[in-house]
Amino acid sequence: MNTITNRQAICDILLEKAKKDKDIIVVCSDSRGSASLTPFAQTFPEQFVEVGIAEQNLVGISAGLAACGKKVFAASPACFLTTRSYEQAKVDIAYSHTNVTLIGISGGVSYGALGMTHHSCQDFAAMSALTGMRVYIPSDRFQTQKLIAALLEDKEPAYVRISRSATEDVYNESMEFKLNKATVLGEGKDVLLVACGEMVPYAKKAMEELNQKGISTGLIDMYCLKPYDAETLLQQAKDVKLVVTIEEHAPQGGLGSMSAHVLSKYCPKRLVTLSLPDEHLISGTNKEIFEYYGLDTKGIVQAVKKALCII
Amino acid sequence: MDKLTRKSYELRRDIIEMIYKSKAGHIGGDLSVIDILTVLYYDVMNICPENFTDDNRDRFLLSKGHCADALFVVLGDQGFFDKQEAIDTFSQYKSKFIGHPNTEVNGIEINSGSLGHGLSVGVGMALAAKMDKKTYRTYVVLGDGEMAEGSNYEAMMAAHQYQLDNLCATIDFNNLQISGTIDEVMSSVSIAEKFASFGWNVIEVEDGNSCKQLLKAYQEAKQCKGKPSVVIAHTVKGKGVSFMENQKAWHHGVMNQEQYKQAVQELEEVLS
Repeated sequence: MNTITNRQAICDILLEKAKKDKDIIVVCSDSRGSASLTPFAQTFPEQFVEVGIAEQNLVGISAGLAACGKKVFAASPACFLTTRSYEQAKVDIAYSHTNVTLIGISGGVSYGALGMTHHSCQDFAAMSALTGMRVYIPSDRFQTQKLIAALLEDKEPAYVRISRSATEDVYNESMEFKLNKATVLGEGKDVLLVACGEMVPYAKKAMEELNQKGISTGLIDMYCLKPYDAETLLQQAKDVKLVVTIEEHAPQGGLGSMSAHVLSKYCPKRLVTLSLPDEHLISGTNKEIFEYYGLDTKGIVQAVKKALCII
Repeated sequence: MDKLTRKSYELRRDIIEMIYKSKAGHIGGDLSVIDILTVLYYDVMNICPENFTDDNRDRFLLSKGHCADALFVVLGDQGFFDKQEAIDTFSQYKSKFIGHPNTEVNGIEINSGSLGHGLSVGVGMALAAKMDKKTYRTYVVLGDGEMAEGSNYEAMMAAHQYQLDNLCATIDFNNLQISGTIDEVMSSVSIAEKFASFGWNVIEVEDGNSCKQLLKAYQEAKQCKGKPSVVIAHTVKGKGVSFMENQKAWHHGVMNQEQYKQAVQELEEVLS
């Protein structure tokens, strides 16, 4: 069982790249520990900026640094980063095309029992709505590292949401990665699962279980929410009876909405959107919350069976 | 009349023309901030069309972005683009000269317009200079009403924390905002004390429409080491056009033909 978190994976790749690139700058809002970026701050203090608990300033300063040629990675809890500093993300980053990657740590319900103030179940919708902002939700540590390496190669803004706890490995070090191209983890004739982030390992197991039960099921890891990889979705959805999206997000404006938008336009299809509900969530660990709302392997399998009228 | 003052009145004439033609813009603030812009662009800063891609050019941010009209006139006059085109097309259909600074216009560093953003961005730019051991300075111009935005105080803390003596803020303190006086809306009476308590070097300019006084203040700011400086320029909203001065109605008022003629006449009299 993997114990390396995606935030550690980000720190590792930034440490590696920063050895040869003095323009890589990490900016934190008293969040270096929770972002697992303390090793970066210790190794490259000249390339690390602390702004204190001030998310608006975090994003504004990042934009200023980027406007002067820096490659900036600003890391802060997703709940604050995508709401408190939303306008800075809109104006200083997205509208201004500054070379800043906003890293929303402890995304979704990672903070579990800390409650709704610390949940970010709106960030896919909020960040996707910004013209000029790209939105990525990598699943495991390997994909996360490949994504960050790819983002270092261009100069456009991006938002990356990661979870707090370690995600089960989906890939390995030799995985193939293409920016803005979703990964097909399995092809099926009956059902297509579309998941992102923390939901991918659950969906992968659900796919395996469904295939064992004779329901031919495929899976797309749609880590690139924006720009959404419509081509891969349409290819895989073409012949199936049912598409099921799974996301750690509110029902509106995220993976389900975006998939519905593409399918209804080009390939009308029976669609089930699994997500957190649009209500105040129960208290618990993230895994308990997933289970309660049917966002685990069992919940996905049941939702598929129900939709196919097997139960 | 000294050269800078003459320039500021010539630019006022351009602003009046731009705003009369477009029936848009923020004339009151334009006329209060124009002397600040004149002193910065025609003397203090090393920014010109020829060096605008040079990494070591000074950086300028108009945080009170609604006075883009005044900035466009200055940049056009400096040769960043055809000034007359800006005057003729400001705020018109498909014009790049929209109501706020945007990078489609040559000479603009970053898009702005929502208040309370410029100082944080300026902190980032000044920090980048320190990191790269570059000598350029970053200038940010804010409005007095804008100081009600809380994000400014986050930026003020950071500028002090990182000892950004290469950062110079200016408050265009014309004492009026759209709903009334600063004190009526949200008092900023102790703005100098606020900056001082945040560890900034505070320079008050009694007549913020005096190019001579402003020049002295910016020279003083350049000498200050170890902390950021703020120039608090006590200006007059609508300065230079008698019926606009200190009138909140002229925050973004639109002139009729008679008013336009009078405004031009008053400015011509000063220039002659």
